[in-house]
Amino acid sequence: MADEFILETQGLTKEFAGFLAVRDVNLKIRRGSIHALIGPNGAGKTTCFNLLTKFLQPTAGRIVYKGRDITSMAPADVARLGLVRSFQISAVFPHLTALENVRVALQRQHGASFDFWRSKAVLDRFNPRAQELLEDVGLSEFANTQAVEMPYGRKRALEIATTLALDPEMMLLDEPMAGMGHEDIDKIAALIKRISAKYTILMVEHNLNVVANLSDVITVLTRGKVLAEGVYADLTKDERVKEAYLGAGHG
Amino acid sequence: MSVITDNSTPASGRGIRDEMVAFVIMAALLATVPFTGIYPFFVMQALCFALFACAFNLLIGYGGLLSFGHAMFLGTAGYFTAHALKVWGVSPEIGIVVGTAGACALSIVTGWISIRRQGIYFAMITLALSQLVFFVYLQTPFTHGEDGIQGIPQGMLFGLFDLSKPTILYYVILVAFLLAFLLIFRTINSPFGEVLKAIRENEPRAVSLGYKADQYKLMAFILSGTLSGFAGSLKVFVAQNASLTDVHWTMSGEIVLMALIGGLGTVFGPVVGAFIIVAMQQYLAGFGQWVTVIQGVIFVVCVLTFRRGIVGEIAALFKRSL
Repeated sequence: MADEFILETQGLTKEFAGFLAVRDVNLKIRRGSIHALIGPNGAGKTTCFNLLTKFLQPTAGRIVYKGRDITSMAPADVARLGLVRSFQISAVFPHLTALENVRVALQRQHGASFDFWRSKAVLDRFNPRAQELLEDVGLSEFANTQAVEMPYGRKRALEIATTLALDPEMMLLDEPMAGMGHEDIDKIAALIKRISAKYTILMVEHNLNVVANLSDVITVLTRGKVLAEGVYADLTKDERVKEAYLGAGHG
Repeated sequence: MSVITDNSTPASGRGIRDEMVAFVIMAALLATVPFTGIYPFFVMQALCFALFACAFNLLIGYGGLLSFGHAMFLGTAGYFTAHALKVWGVSPEIGIVVGTAGACALSIVTGWISIRRQGIYFAMITLALSQLVFFVYLQTPFTHGEDGIQGIPQGMLFGLFDLSKPTILYYVILVAFLLAFLLIFRTINSPFGEVLKAIRENEPRAVSLGYKADQYKLMAFILSGTLSGFAGSLKVFVAQNASLTDVHWTMSGEIVLMALIGGLGTVFGPVVGAFIIVAMQQYLAGFGQWVTVIQGVIFVVCVLTFRRGIVGEIAALFKRSL
């Protein structure tokens, strides 16, 4: 059973000066699935997400990743275990080229990151792999473009390529489609669908429609608590979900 | 695939070639100084400050950390070297090692304390630590307080080079400067430098990729502090004294000014900035206290009109990296 779920939380709680942002959340993420965490603004999605990646320390509860308690680990160590996150605002290294962005991730895995006396030419051995990863997400032609000059949707794709470079077991995507146009959303959705064959994905999304066709399981969060969990078709019939979440925006 | 991969090298490769050309020009110009009639002590002093500024720039320009206490490394190495030379009577190379090692040790301790904070807090902690160091040197007997350590023997480097001869001293300082400059240049363009730049660009993202940002920043801090110390040790041979001026907070401010005028995060900027400031102090000495005012005006003009600094603006103009 332990193998079935790659990530589990037990009674996960985060309190900010008396305000319970996340309360008693129990999540079970099935290995190899796309799991979506949705909810209206202020539902605690991003807080929850920051707890899972250890960018925030939970007030109470446990986080178990691959049968290992990671509750008190440092964020960089969690990343090294193969649990890698993205950010809500596009997280690229703006003044590095797309290739260099990916290469920084490759470099970490293969050591050689404290050598200040060696030429960075030693990093060229990562170029073919970096190029491959860029090709994977359709960014070949941007290899030598500084990330800051790339269109928004491409930056998100670059972010995914960088994450993939770490060869993670599980990816946590924080609103991967936020601020995107329809065309880009379709592209990124297709990309996520494709990479999900190899990785477990937990994504936070604001928009239920976006995750409808993409996710295997959806957890609905409101006011820090899990309201419902299930497949899209069931959730849309759930009165509580309609009321708390869909009621407002979707009639 | 390999064709596309090959394309990726020239982009950064060209940058490095530009910088190597500039380096050769700089080295050649500096090598001719003794034949030009320019006051060699002025150039030597400027070279020491240029190295200091480059070491400082490594931290702010590539690590994104503004230290406001870098004088403590310059001064510590100066005192240690001066003491070793004068009291222990060691040879110059040992004196330099003692001074640089002292600055290195200090940078490990102060770095470990200050690196946990960012932005203005980091600057304030480094300032506080350097003030602490200043008062230690003001009180301890070996520094001779307000008098400083005077009349330091220059000696024979490696038993071969008589440093009391200005021309020999000049070339020794020049070679030391160029080697240290190359080390900094290499550090910037090393695997470590790449990670450092990534952390400067987006620290949370670097952490999410599994980099322990604090360790890299500490490493940059130690490298910067140690090289600043190296500059301080060299300076002892030029000035033949070690005084409180070099540990004073105004020195920390001056080095910020030099790096800023030349161009933060440019390879050659700090060198240019150091020469300008040292030249002003040398040639405008007749204006007395007004030099400080002139410096202040230049600082304001620089911040208001050319924020990239002199070299930064030139590099941007020609779309080159310098």
